Amino acid sequence: MNYLKDLTKGFLKDNPTWGLFLGLCPTLGTTGSALNGLGMGLATTFVLVLSNVFISLFARVIPDKVRIPAYIVIIAAFVTVVDLLMSAYTNTPGPNGEPSLYDSLGIFIPLIVVNCIVLGRAEAFANRNTVFASLIDGVAIGIGFAFSLTLLGSVRELLGSGSIFGMKFIDGDGILVFVMAPGAFLALGYLIMIMVKLRKRLSKA
Amino acid sequence: MEYIIIIISAVFVNNIVFAQFLGMCPLMGVSNKTDTSVGMAGAVTFVMVLATIATYLFQKYILDPLDISFLQTVIYILIIAALVQIVEIILKKVSPSLYQALGIFLPLITTNCAILGVAILTFNKGFNLAEGVVYAFANAIGFGLALILFAGIREQLELQDVPKGMRGLPIAFIIAGIMAMAFMGFANII
Amino acid sequence: MAKESTFSGMLITLLLITLLSSVALGYVYELTREPIAVAKMAKKNMAIKKVTPAFANNPVDDVFSVPSDGDSLYLYPAKDSSGAVIGYAIETFSNIAFSGSIKLLVGFLPEGNIKEIAVLEHKETPGLGDKMMKSKSDFSYQFEGKNPASFVLKVKKDGGDVDAITAATISSRAFCDAVQRAYNVLPKGGTQ
Repeated sequence: MNYLKDLTKGFLKDNPTWGLFLGLCPTLGTTGSALNGLGMGLATTFVLVLSNVFISLFARVIPDKVRIPAYIVIIAAFVTVVDLLMSAYTNTPGPNGEPSLYDSLGIFIPLIVVNCIVLGRAEAFANRNTVFASLIDGVAIGIGFAFSLTLLGSVRELLGSGSIFGMKFIDGDGILVFVMAPGAFLALGYLIMIMVKLRKRLSKA
Repeated sequence: MEYIIIIISAVFVNNIVFAQFLGMCPLMGVSNKTDTSVGMAGAVTFVMVLATIATYLFQKYILDPLDISFLQTVIYILIIAALVQIVEIILKKVSPSLYQALGIFLPLITTNCAILGVAILTFNKGFNLAEGVVYAFANAIGFGLALILFAGIREQLELQDVPKGMRGLPIAFIIAGIMAMAFMGFANII
Repeated sequence: MAKESTFSGMLITLLLITLLSSVALGYVYELTREPIAVAKMAKKNMAIKKVTPAFANNPVDDVFSVPSDGDSLYLYPAKDSSGAVIGYAIETFSNIAFSGSIKLLVGFLPEGNIKEIAVLEHKETPGLGDKMMKSKSDFSYQFEGKNPASFVLKVKKDGGDVDAITAATISSRAFCDAVQRAYNVLPKGGTQ
């Protein structure tokens, strides 16, 4: 079946960061390290899959004019669930006093509700496809987003702290600008350029 | 005065766009032209201040007393969605030309992470109503500043010869990165 | 694809969805209330455990606060199995740091000797002010074992005994300010 293609579309063609250009705020704000990027990507995937499924389930009975507010409430509910779960189970500080994953992601967890990816997929896909197709779509786009966040996070962590997922390669600090604001913009700009080029080359092949 | 510090911090030191990464989508989408940017900045200012006031009041008089703070995300975004709807209706009547110019970006203010972000930050920082209003207004100014500066640069860039792979988003992000570096220079003011 | 919109239809749908979501959320909230509280408590205890000698009580239960400069300091007494106080973890702050305020947890022994200092919150510049953290440099080790009664909590530039972080004098000053603040409210002699 075509499910393999559907499941991998999130990596290049429909990747939120370098294909759809959505969800840019958390992409910049949570990629100071590979782990933070991965955590954010998985949290967003959780919300995306559940909201896609529920919206696809109820799309027929929601009157057209209130569909956006209705979708937003559903999404907000799942975001709150993720927030509660994370503040309970990912709230342990690191061995050296590093902030917990929940504290590192901070305000970006509730901000998942305004992440254009989630509402965008609901509007563009979930409300006009079957529940199962919407589930697959949510998983695919979500994993693609998690992939781009982890990739950007790894690049920034490697360059900025000389480590990956907390395992250090060098003593002391790296090129610190990459774990700060300007580095996020610069790294993302170059990453988009490279991946768009890659996408174009692969679609010609 | 406390308020001066809040203002300088929000506009320059912790600029909502260049330091906190909020408000990126409209930044990338609207900043091709300076006049739409000004209109967008105005609309965002209006919604941001009103949203902060509304969410503060709701938090203080309904969410806190009833101990249902876990509904914060749901309630805040509903308030913002309702506000944007109202602004749309008013704008259509009062200034149809601006309404047309803003187009799709007006309803998109609802999903502007800067608005929800500032509302939540006001709560996190424990501001009272007056401080919250000043904070929201200052952040809106910071957003407008970033937007208009960005648009100005992008307009100039149209006339330049940008390498093909960089055109559009990549070069926009590089510019944003350099601007963020410039804004870091403000860190010493307060 | 969606239903056509009548006013009552819209109102009822929106109300129903909001109601159902709130109920479902209330349920999840109740489920996670315990684990969230446990996680928060564990975070605090972990920090307190690091900076004070091994204790037999629950310092978080015995916390009391002292006002300081418009804000409060929180004192967590560490007691042994007989109930005698063997140390304090004091949550302190300073507002004169480079990028705003910093929060420290200072562990004192009853005579006033500093056992260890942990950084709870800071927004200092990476590579400069953030060196106040144990994971970034040895700056905070120089405080351990010292008693502020004899060890002047100011940077050497200001006539004190503290070796500041290179190129991060402001952050170093704020660190000293926070520790001094904590020492000032420490109950001397070990009794409350």
